[in-house]
Amino acid sequence: MAGTGTLTPPLFVAMASYASWLVLFLFGHMRDFYRKKIWGGRAAKKAKEGYAAIRQDYEDFYTRRMYYRIHDTFNRPICSAPDSWIDVMERTPVDGQKPLQLTGGSQRCLNLGSYNYLGFAAQDPYCTPRVEGVLDQLGWASAAPRSDGGTTPRHAELERLVAEFLGKEAAITCGMGFATNSAFIPLLAGKGTLIVSDALNHASIVAGVRGAGARVKVFDHNDPAHLEAVLRTAIAEGQPRTSRPWKKIIVIIEGIYSMEGELARLPEIVAIKKKYKAYLYLDEAHSVGALGAGGRGVCEQLGVDTADVDVMMGTFTKSFGSCGGYIAGSAELVQYLRCQCPAHLYASAMSPPAVEMVISALHVIQGADGSTRGQDKIRQLRDNANYFRRRLLELGYNVLGDWDSPVMPIMLFNPAKLPGISRYMLHRGLAIVVVGFPATPLLTARMRVCISASHSRQDLDYALEVFADVVQRCHLKYCDESTAARHIKAFQARQLLVQA
Amino acid sequence: MARSLGRGLSGALMWTITHSILAAGAVLALSFLDPARQASPHLAALHSAALDGWHLVAPGGAWHPTAFIEHKGHLVVEGFLLLAISYLLLQGTFRPGQLEQEALTPKEVDELCEEWEPEPLAPPLTDAQRAWREPIVSSEAGREVTVNGRKALNFASLNFLGIAGSPEVREACRATIHKYGVGSCGPRGFYGTIDVHLQLEERLARFMGTEEAILYSYDLSTLPSILPAFASKKDLILCDEGVNYAIQNGAHLSRAKVLFFKHNDMADLQRLLAAQEEADRQHRKPLNRRFIVVEGIYANSGDLAPLDQLMPLKEKYRYRLVVDESMALGVLGRRGRGAVEHFGYGAEQVEIVAGSIGNALGSIGGFCAGDREIVDHQRLSGLGYCFSASLPPFLATAGVCALDHLEQRGGELIPAVQRNARTFRELAAGIPQLQVVGGEAAAVSPVIHLALHPQPAPEEYDAGDAALQLVVEDCLSREGVMVALARYSKLERRRPPPSLRVAVTAEHTAADLRKAVAALKASCKRVLG
Repeated sequence: MAGTGTLTPPLFVAMASYASWLVLFLFGHMRDFYRKKIWGGRAAKKAKEGYAAIRQDYEDFYTRRMYYRIHDTFNRPICSAPDSWIDVMERTPVDGQKPLQLTGGSQRCLNLGSYNYLGFAAQDPYCTPRVEGVLDQLGWASAAPRSDGGTTPRHAELERLVAEFLGKEAAITCGMGFATNSAFIPLLAGKGTLIVSDALNHASIVAGVRGAGARVKVFDHNDPAHLEAVLRTAIAEGQPRTSRPWKKIIVIIEGIYSMEGELARLPEIVAIKKKYKAYLYLDEAHSVGALGAGGRGVCEQLGVDTADVDVMMGTFTKSFGSCGGYIAGSAELVQYLRCQCPAHLYASAMSPPAVEMVISALHVIQGADGSTRGQDKIRQLRDNANYFRRRLLELGYNVLGDWDSPVMPIMLFNPAKLPGISRYMLHRGLAIVVVGFPATPLLTARMRVCISASHSRQDLDYALEVFADVVQRCHLKYCDESTAARHIKAFQARQLLVQA
Repeated sequence: MARSLGRGLSGALMWTITHSILAAGAVLALSFLDPARQASPHLAALHSAALDGWHLVAPGGAWHPTAFIEHKGHLVVEGFLLLAISYLLLQGTFRPGQLEQEALTPKEVDELCEEWEPEPLAPPLTDAQRAWREPIVSSEAGREVTVNGRKALNFASLNFLGIAGSPEVREACRATIHKYGVGSCGPRGFYGTIDVHLQLEERLARFMGTEEAILYSYDLSTLPSILPAFASKKDLILCDEGVNYAIQNGAHLSRAKVLFFKHNDMADLQRLLAAQEEADRQHRKPLNRRFIVVEGIYANSGDLAPLDQLMPLKEKYRYRLVVDESMALGVLGRRGRGAVEHFGYGAEQVEIVAGSIGNALGSIGGFCAGDREIVDHQRLSGLGYCFSASLPPFLATAGVCALDHLEQRGGELIPAVQRNARTFRELAAGIPQLQVVGGEAAAVSPVIHLALHPQPAPEEYDAGDAALQLVVEDCLSREGVMVALARYSKLERRRPPPSLRVAVTAEHTAADLRKAVAALKASCKRVLG
């Protein structure tokens, strides 16, 4: 894996993690066994005569016996804006499978979990008044799809602005990021189309691809050589059974992979895509706004012409502090999507205040508000991200991802460390995200830090203090000093090169 | 040439071999005859050699299998077998065709890649598609709107109760934007759960009369998340043929077996149920999860699912019922719970109720209401719940306020919208070129589809759409009434016939309804003749 970390655990840690899972598994089954013996099992209590249980015992074994032990580390409610500091609502401790109750209290925490990359999540002196203006003028929802009565002048303006920002002919927006992938991909890929998808693509892409009725091949995560091999074989062999040539081939990748923090190897992939005449669909959910000198995403960051990316998809939920997503491409493509996309014809139009939030955030980013705040935010985000990554490496953490990426997954490997770290960090006032199986492979449980431009240096130093403590307490020193030094040196050399 | 020569040679060889064997046999047989032996010493020698050989392999002979076994010769055989087995095991699996087809050389692959020409990413557009632009509404979605710069009566927004536009909701939205900003910047699992989400979920559950409710951030992702969360490969989903795209998509994504019954045809459903039961019995299929999926009010036709007839069938064959109340919520039933309440059933009688807070409730988003087991499971398995940013907090507040509004004023608003729907349907029956879809049972539904009359053949649907699009444009520009053309994506499994979609709200006055019908009548006359 490229970047500053590795997904491979040390041998002892791997053994310990397997042991951990084994214990969880055995205890889970033991508890199931006794529950069945003593209370006759859940099925006896719940299922109505003649109906199959809505969840078979084996289907939700994981949920019952593993997830519920640590479910306080997920779905933590907050009662403030998802800004750099948040109020996490206190809940009762885990008690079997009972739902957690709010106690009424809350705790101020440093937010290292939200995708608030540019810090537009909270009040903004430029954006909020404009959002309110639109709320007064156009309301909060139009109760109509975009095609008939849901399109306001602000929607049209947003689509124009997004297209211009990305350097594409046209753009179309959708009220939800997930639905942008799941509703638009089926229209691009019908029968006879081959989709070549990165192995670690997001669930929304998987849903879109499965809804499409097209064939799918998966290439190894971020591996252009394997992509090339897959494309060559596919073109040479044609469609399975009929051996007809594929009608078209669409390669789908992401700009930043949200669970790996890595940047797509875009220049290499674009070269391959051009060579084999495939189309490229780039999901910039996490990268648009967060990468590139002007916030234009991974293309700007890596010096790729956006004309070489056929379909640019992205969301407004992250950097722009709003909701929804967009597809940008040729005018012909976008008009086709307008006429055919379920999200355009059936679903509620994106809320006008949310539209205005994106428009004004784009103004700020591009400096159209007459200030340098946008530029400052982008620079701050990059500085924060690189500072935090460097310090984490120095502390000995195994941090995945690339320099400049604000997404930093930190490897824990052992599932037993998830709840411990999450709870301890919360106790110390850090709101952090932990993920394990089934969202990641069995052995690669991790925590994730998302850096924001709104974090101050003091905020980050405070967090690093806690991280320094945790690396000792939880034995997380998975990266030796020489490796860390090597990564940091490479980064500094690159910085010098950029400056020159 | 070479091949026929080879064949000739091998034929000759075979002939020689077989005939030599035959000749040797004949000579051996000859040596057993006394006169022959006496005549030739060679034959006598052959004869004694043959006898010696026989004594060697005959019972008691040194080469007889018994002697062989006695001297542990079986070990040799077994060793040989073992060798053979390991040899076979070490061989690759035999694949038919493997031997015949030679792999392509890299050069050949290069050529194939060079030759291959893909189709364009998007299929070519028709002129009508290229020219189409959405109407641009530059005011709130009230009774009257500004469309493309002109005032018009709004019969397109699905704002059945007029909640989108009410000042209390607006102020609540403003306060939420002040406190929480616009977006939630994260999925529900990772600090994207804000107290207003919990509040809305609790209110929805209370309103629907269920144990719990779960909030989705978009209506289009609600059903495609719910159905795959519960149905999987071995399960069965029976869908009405007229269901909306979200349900079709959800059923497809679930990988369950999906069967469609004719729209609102309970006899057809009964037939399917009985056939399925019979098939299950014959194949001794283990009990699987089975669902019937219908809509309270069908978005694509505006009529109601006949739940009164469906409920006994569901109970008899023991299917779980999934009702999408997206259009019916706030419109049907005494309290506005939807079609389930309209037909007099309790919330507990339907296993899964889904809905949208986007239409009558005038916000954006979707939800699912049911008992804790149903809802809780979706919090880990609902794709659109786990993997999507949560609903912007101000839209959740709008949902809470809308429920307040509905609970306080539902008593007058719900009968008003139903009355308006009935009136409009009666009046619209007088337009000769159009036909109101749905019979008497659909009279209360404010989603009114006016289909072309007479109905065109399926291959003329595009022409029908084009004609109706002209009606919509004419009606808007000359009569000042905005109605919608029912547009369908090509992803639809079955394309419904062309129709206009009119949405009647509680805010419309009797004069509005008359004006709209008169406008449609005039436009139809001008455009369709």
